[in-house]
Amino acid sequence: MIPELGSFSLILALCLSALLGSLPIAGAHYNNPVWISMARPLTAGVFVFLGLAISALAYAFITDDFSVSFVAQHSNTLLPMRYKFTAVWGGHEGSFLLWTFMLAGWMLSVGIFSKSMPEEFVARVLGVLGILIFGYILFMLATSNPFDRIVPLPPADGADLNSALQDIGFILHPPTLYMGYVGFSVVFAFAIAALLSGRMDAAWARWSRPWANVAWAILTVGIALGSWWAYYELGWGGWWAWDPVENPPMITWLFGTALIHSLAVTEKRGMFKSWTVLLAILAFSGSLLGTFITRSGLLTSVHAFASDPSRGFFILGILGISIGGSLLLYALRAPLMKGSFGFEYTSREFFLLVNNVILVVSAASIFLGTLFPMVYQAVTDDLISIGPPYFNTIFVPLMMLLFVFVGIGPLSRWKQTSWTYLAAQLGKVLFASLLVGLIFPLIVLSKFSVAATITLILASWIVFAIGKDISNKVANKRSTLRGLKSLSLSYYGMVLAHIGIAVMLIGAALTSFFSEERSVLLAPGESVELGGYLFTLEGSARIEGPNYIGDEAELTVVNDGKVLTVLYPQRRLYVASGTPSTEMAIDAGFFRDLFVTLGEEKGAGAWSMTLYVKPFVRWIWLGAIFMAIGGTLAAGDKRYRRLRIKAAEKSGRESKTQTAAELQPA
Amino acid sequence: MKVHRRKRLGVILFVAAGLSVAVGLTLYALSQNIDLFYTPTQVAQGEVNAGQRIRIGGMVREGSVQSAADSLAVRFVATDYANDVPIYHEGILPDLFREGQGIVVEGSLDNAGVFQASRVLAKHDENYMSPEVKAALDAAGTAPESAATRPGT
Repeated sequence: MIPELGSFSLILALCLSALLGSLPIAGAHYNNPVWISMARPLTAGVFVFLGLAISALAYAFITDDFSVSFVAQHSNTLLPMRYKFTAVWGGHEGSFLLWTFMLAGWMLSVGIFSKSMPEEFVARVLGVLGILIFGYILFMLATSNPFDRIVPLPPADGADLNSALQDIGFILHPPTLYMGYVGFSVVFAFAIAALLSGRMDAAWARWSRPWANVAWAILTVGIALGSWWAYYELGWGGWWAWDPVENPPMITWLFGTALIHSLAVTEKRGMFKSWTVLLAILAFSGSLLGTFITRSGLLTSVHAFASDPSRGFFILGILGISIGGSLLLYALRAPLMKGSFGFEYTSREFFLLVNNVILVVSAASIFLGTLFPMVYQAVTDDLISIGPPYFNTIFVPLMMLLFVFVGIGPLSRWKQTSWTYLAAQLGKVLFASLLVGLIFPLIVLSKFSVAATITLILASWIVFAIGKDISNKVANKRSTLRGLKSLSLSYYGMVLAHIGIAVMLIGAALTSFFSEERSVLLAPGESVELGGYLFTLEGSARIEGPNYIGDEAELTVVNDGKVLTVLYPQRRLYVASGTPSTEMAIDAGFFRDLFVTLGEEKGAGAWSMTLYVKPFVRWIWLGAIFMAIGGTLAAGDKRYRRLRIKAAEKSGRESKTQTAAELQPA
Repeated sequence: MKVHRRKRLGVILFVAAGLSVAVGLTLYALSQNIDLFYTPTQVAQGEVNAGQRIRIGGMVREGSVQSAADSLAVRFVATDYANDVPIYHEGILPDLFREGQGIVVEGSLDNAGVFQASRVLAKHDENYMSPEVKAALDAAGTAPESAATRPGT
């Protein structure tokens, strides 16, 4: 009964989104205030019914309703409750429902936090999102309904959730990633609404910016969570593999990063308008591509969902209509936008343009490497793969180049900056970063590597340039504290995000160049030394979990004569599905991680295992956290809120009617 | 030409130059890093030169896995049930590595005709067959009826 209610809610949401995708846009076009005012209540309705649907699915999981095919495939009576609940996004159907629900959540927030915008503009934004969500729900109902029943004979027990997914990373990573991904649909809708209305000005950029920043911040966290999860779950000690499914979030993120910088130029200087719109379309296309790649089964990877040709064609259709349609609209409307061109080669505009070119080129080359095997196969019928070396060859030098400009950008001025000014500002910064880059590896790690030195110089370059900029800004204030207080929230957001890049760069460089790993076979009592740590296998024991059995080894780690920690790596066998799984043991630290993967038992209690010492690996994710906080701070800048309040005061009566409209039952 | 036009042209030329360098580098990197995929039959027919980095997909032949007692070295045979390729790998095998299971190996053939695998990939779902393995079995005409890629995960 409950699953049928879920199905029914989906159908209702489909009907409401059909209305949402047509009436408000038509209303905005023909200036019909009634149709325009339908946008918010219809959005609320779509959100409520999708919320009901996803709750119904969660209920089916919690009550072990194995007559629902999706539940039977992804759950089991023995599965712990937290995974039963989160198994909702453990497969294609449910995760797509979550994706759609997330979009509805974003739409609801647009409806609520859009008081400062003209009503017809909001109607267009919500209308565009309505069309999009209509396509999603139609896809779900037509090809992948999560509520499909197994008739007439439902299984007595479910097939269990994939063992690799039974982990905290699975609870956190997919929802965050989806939320970030889907957030770019909002920015996309703003861009399309601007194209439709022909309204493409600084105000439009100001409305879009907080949304772009928040989506970008959440996507940053989502990608970082995925990297962290892969690091400790997949057991190869890496944090990024250029997997075909990791790449689309990265492509989206790079476009998104270009977008938030380009939006800054559009807001502050009224330039790069059509470019900004194009970036919004590209970032959104990146997010759609991500779904397409994961769900079409065209590429093999750890993430791939099962393939089903009808789904693939449907997704291709959604992809073609939304990307093709928006690009067509762009081609028709963008030439109408008049852009001015008043800046010099050493201006901030120019440096931001360089930033955009580098980011877009990196995104495009990752896109090429990801899709090339597919195209190659279609053309020649030969299977090929493109491995990490390609991506590293392209991506690493481009980022190095970008980081040079990350240092210069904040210190430069709009319109024009003189070379002598820049040289004076950056001379000391350069000197200090060279010093750090050359000395730091020698002192802290007593090792030297050219590549690590270069990255450390770049990281210090970014940090010192920011420091210099802050001290410039504070210098002519009466006191330092007062000066710091006078800086805007969005400035602090920029500072944090840029420092985050430096932190991530340090982490990535030092782990890549100074990690040590060793695969060994240890008998009980035997020891091995790695990176100054002495690992001793004490023994191993059988273990039994709620839905698995396995072995657990015990290793003590001694450093400088004292016992530092005891590690317990495991090998598990999940009973219901019969899948084995390796559980890493990690001793995490601010400056280094110790990491053990258990291999197999080779007689007499001896185990093969791989040991890793990874310096500064946590800094990679710490940097991502900095960036995300930076993005969020920038979105919370008071100039966005102040406008909101002003607009509300100005049109007091109007906003009252808006609230009334929202309170109407959907 | 007006000043702002000249400047605009300058920026456009700059962007175009940057893009062409990027495209050139990308294509170069791409051509250097393509791993072609071969089936055990193609390898047996001598289509692969020793030292060339390739991928091979196939099944782990039942009863072929020999692991050394005192090191991490493993020998096994990858097969498409028409031809076999001996594989040598040093390292820990993936969780789902099993006899009779589809795998993909990455590496190169040595002069003795043994494939030195730098990486062994096995799929996380034992009922799922990667397109590479399926292609190898289809090519050899030995694909079992049930080996079609199946909904799962």
